[in-house]
Amino acid sequence: MQFPILATLVFAPALGAVAISVLSNRRPEWIKLAAILISVFTGGLSIWVLSAFSTADSGFQFVSKHTWIRPWGISWHLGVDGISLFLVVLTGVLFPLVILGIDPHRDHKRYLAWLLLLEAGMMGSFLSLDLFLFFVFFEIVLVPMYFLIGGWGYDDRVYAATKFFLYTMVGSAFMLVGIISTAVLAKTNGAGHITFDLVELADKVSFAASTGRWLFFAIAIGFAVKVPMFPLHTWLPDAHTQAPTGGSIILAGVMLKLGTYGLLRFGVYLFPEAAHYARPLFLTLAVIGIIYGAIAATMQTDLKRLVAYSSVAHLGFIVLGTFAITTQSISGAVMQNINHGVSTGALFLLVGMIYERRHTRQIAELNGIQKAAPIFAAGFMIVMLSSIGVPGLNGFIGEYLVLTGSFLTARWWTVVAAAGVILAALYLLWAYQRVFHGEPDENNRTFPELKLKEAAVLLPFIGIIVFTGVYPKPMLDRIEPSVKALIAHVSDKTGYVEPTVPTPVTGDEVTP
Amino acid sequence: MNTLPGETLQGPHIDWFAISPLLVLLGGGMFLLVAAALTPRWPKGMYATFCATVAAAATAVSMVLWHKVSIHGPRLLVGNALSLDHFTLFITIIICVAVLLVSLVTDDYLRREKLDGPEVYGLFLMAAIGGVVMAGANDLIVLFLGLEVLSISLYVLAASHRRRSESQESGIKYFVLGGFSSAFFLYGIALLYGATGSTNYTRILATFNDTVPVVRKDALVLAGVALLIVGLAFKVGAVPFHFWTPDVYQGAPTPVTAFMASIGKVAAFAALLRVLLFVLPHWRDDWRPAIWVLAVITLVVGSTLAVVQTNVKRMLAYSSISHAGFILIGVEAAGHRAGNPSAGTGLSSAMLYLPLYAVMVIGTFAVVTVVSRTGDDATDLGAFRGLGRSKPALALGMTVLLLAQAGVPLTSGFIAKFGVLEAALDEHSYAITVIAMLSAVIAAFLYLRIMISMWVADPEVGDEQREAVRVPVGSAITIMAAVGFTLFVGVVPGWVISVSKHASQVLQK
Repeated sequence: MQFPILATLVFAPALGAVAISVLSNRRPEWIKLAAILISVFTGGLSIWVLSAFSTADSGFQFVSKHTWIRPWGISWHLGVDGISLFLVVLTGVLFPLVILGIDPHRDHKRYLAWLLLLEAGMMGSFLSLDLFLFFVFFEIVLVPMYFLIGGWGYDDRVYAATKFFLYTMVGSAFMLVGIISTAVLAKTNGAGHITFDLVELADKVSFAASTGRWLFFAIAIGFAVKVPMFPLHTWLPDAHTQAPTGGSIILAGVMLKLGTYGLLRFGVYLFPEAAHYARPLFLTLAVIGIIYGAIAATMQTDLKRLVAYSSVAHLGFIVLGTFAITTQSISGAVMQNINHGVSTGALFLLVGMIYERRHTRQIAELNGIQKAAPIFAAGFMIVMLSSIGVPGLNGFIGEYLVLTGSFLTARWWTVVAAAGVILAALYLLWAYQRVFHGEPDENNRTFPELKLKEAAVLLPFIGIIVFTGVYPKPMLDRIEPSVKALIAHVSDKTGYVEPTVPTPVTGDEVTP
Repeated sequence: MNTLPGETLQGPHIDWFAISPLLVLLGGGMFLLVAAALTPRWPKGMYATFCATVAAAATAVSMVLWHKVSIHGPRLLVGNALSLDHFTLFITIIICVAVLLVSLVTDDYLRREKLDGPEVYGLFLMAAIGGVVMAGANDLIVLFLGLEVLSISLYVLAASHRRRSESQESGIKYFVLGGFSSAFFLYGIALLYGATGSTNYTRILATFNDTVPVVRKDALVLAGVALLIVGLAFKVGAVPFHFWTPDVYQGAPTPVTAFMASIGKVAAFAALLRVLLFVLPHWRDDWRPAIWVLAVITLVVGSTLAVVQTNVKRMLAYSSISHAGFILIGVEAAGHRAGNPSAGTGLSSAMLYLPLYAVMVIGTFAVVTVVSRTGDDATDLGAFRGLGRSKPALALGMTVLLLAQAGVPLTSGFIAKFGVLEAALDEHSYAITVIAMLSAVIAAFLYLRIMISMWVADPEVGDEQREAVRVPVGSAITIMAAVGFTLFVGVVPGWVISVSKHASQVLQK
């Protein structure tokens, strides 16, 4: 039996959280050290998974499967494929950076314990191949995030945390009914017994079209809230604005990806027919999200809120790519998951630094920072350009793949979505201009420069941004086989034929 | 059989060991009351220890009986008045364990309130007998006896805080309304007797079995069934028979509230399940819609009204109402196939819900008992403010219990809800599950409010004048046991599910 590496990814942070909560509060530096060690260990392990991941295998790797609740047909089933691999790595990398780089200011012990519990939940969500297990993790991440926002957030934190919790729970309510119905109906639709196993359901079970669509919509609503898709997005700006910086980074970086990842894994993969049927709806909402998010972001006076709305727009691209259902568009969507996580995570990190220095996030109160802190401004600019999608940086690759891939099957939606790219340039550059350009006034003249420790946390982000932008091949090599297998699965189940691309585009050729 | 009256009065044959849980509880209760009346005050904690020991002994003999039933099969006792099967024993064990847990909390409570004495414990044991009889009854009259023994004990217990007028008030309220509902229940028994000529479950069922094809005295039976449901719905606190719940829960001494919310509900649901599924399966198409409606309005009203409360005990009262709604979903699901040899999972899901709910609710009210401070009055949300700072372990325990009540995964509450939802979906009752989940979201808001108060809310003026919260040993044990069970079942639920499946194999005559 091989070393259960995926289970370790889940249990190490979970046990770490327990260990930290029983450590004595009198030695805060020990607590911080323990948290760093555990998160670095988990991150290292996730990178080891990345390096050991075989590009030749499009199926699930490192699978571990054990019976958990026998009477209900529930198993502990973990596995990773090209679609989830980078999300796992991103989770593994982001948490140590957050723990190292961001100071919660009070009550370190509980903060770190919640953070590690959150990491365990995120890992579990991305690795689960059992619907019940997935739901358990999907739901359990709410609790630490709720406490992080509620306990370490800004003024309106209680409202934001409660809104976040309840909104997501409404989505989960439908999702749970959908999941149980799927498992129960599987009994008479091919599986022969109640099963929550994703692979078994996807392979053996075929529902009648109407049944499958109901189940798909019930489950998809949970993900649509999480993404969040227009018009279910209203919790996001509040949650982001009020969350502490660490919470924002995790929320934007990995937690929202639960929604887009879920739509792909538990939507398109599990209910291909229904996903194909629901394409127009999801494409339309995605495009509305792109345009609406961009316009709303332009209007914001609060820098953090601006970034939050830009998330709504960026995630619209991911949903667009997912439901265009071509190899290219889905690869782009999977990639954009990571890119958005890195870019927006870094943006929240930088906005957090601005708040630390100036105790305000109002754009109107900030100006001329470039003069006072040129290095800080340079870092901000690289991250911002990646978020806009400038060629040479990571954001471009994902958006380009999504748009070219979607053009084949969803032409007019893509045309409108492409306008969103321009709008992104508008709101981000305009914000940058207002905050960084010009002569600094009295308050901003003393804006402190990027500290070494802060730079150390920011550098990995910028490194990923540039590396992926220049050389995306290793990433695409790992993503594409699984995406191809997914498309083949969809074709197999529904007779859908992926339109052929006029000129074959593979990973290395799209490199600018 | 044809002996003349008065000539030889032959009592039924009694298998004494088979009714030993009842005997242990009865003997313990009697001994406690008599011995305590004749001796000077027992040393600190002895009354509670005695009560807990009796409950533990009753649990132990029930487990032995469980084993015997597994081997020899279920049977009827005492002239067909009681049935001995896994169902009865399962409920017995829940009740006895609940008595054990509650008595540990009560000990601290009574000494804090300077009310220590044997009476409350005696009443606990009596009430437990009532509950066990309700679960095991095989005759409507015996069921009524059990119901009354339980109810009367609870009336007295609710009023047992002699210096709090709210406690007296709640006792009177409960008594008046409870008496009213008992009258309904008794009238239902009378009507069923009129229709079938017997009060014995076995005979009633046989009558229906024999007369299915011919014209039945429908109105009589249906009215009887309706009144029985009213009586039991009152006891479980289902809407619209719930009006007593918030007032009584709030006024009663907090450990007694824990007792009512757990044992009262468990016993009433046991009776409801047995009567509906095993005495009246022929009428399932008539009572099932009624249960459906009850479940839906119980869920919606329970969770909606919970949100607007400001007193934690009232909030939890409404939340216990919405839990009753969830259990009713299981009853409804079981109703689809009542009387069929291959019963669905409805019954076992409801049976699974009962112990998980009982432990959760006892743990939660144990925390409220501790927080309510001397005088048992500090049960507003403000009383929980800052608990996360002053008593982090207690606040964490309460958080786990509240999350469990909200149905968050990796807690027993999720398993319980999952079970009833699965059972309902297995019967294709989609609407009720969606309603249930949405009302669970509404209810979650209430649990969040308590958590916010504990962890997040800023201190306010006057907080420092509140008495510091003390966590006595007995309460600590109960809370830890409840939290431990809640988490353990959340992670390793397979065994409880299997046990509740066994427990749903009811003696079929």
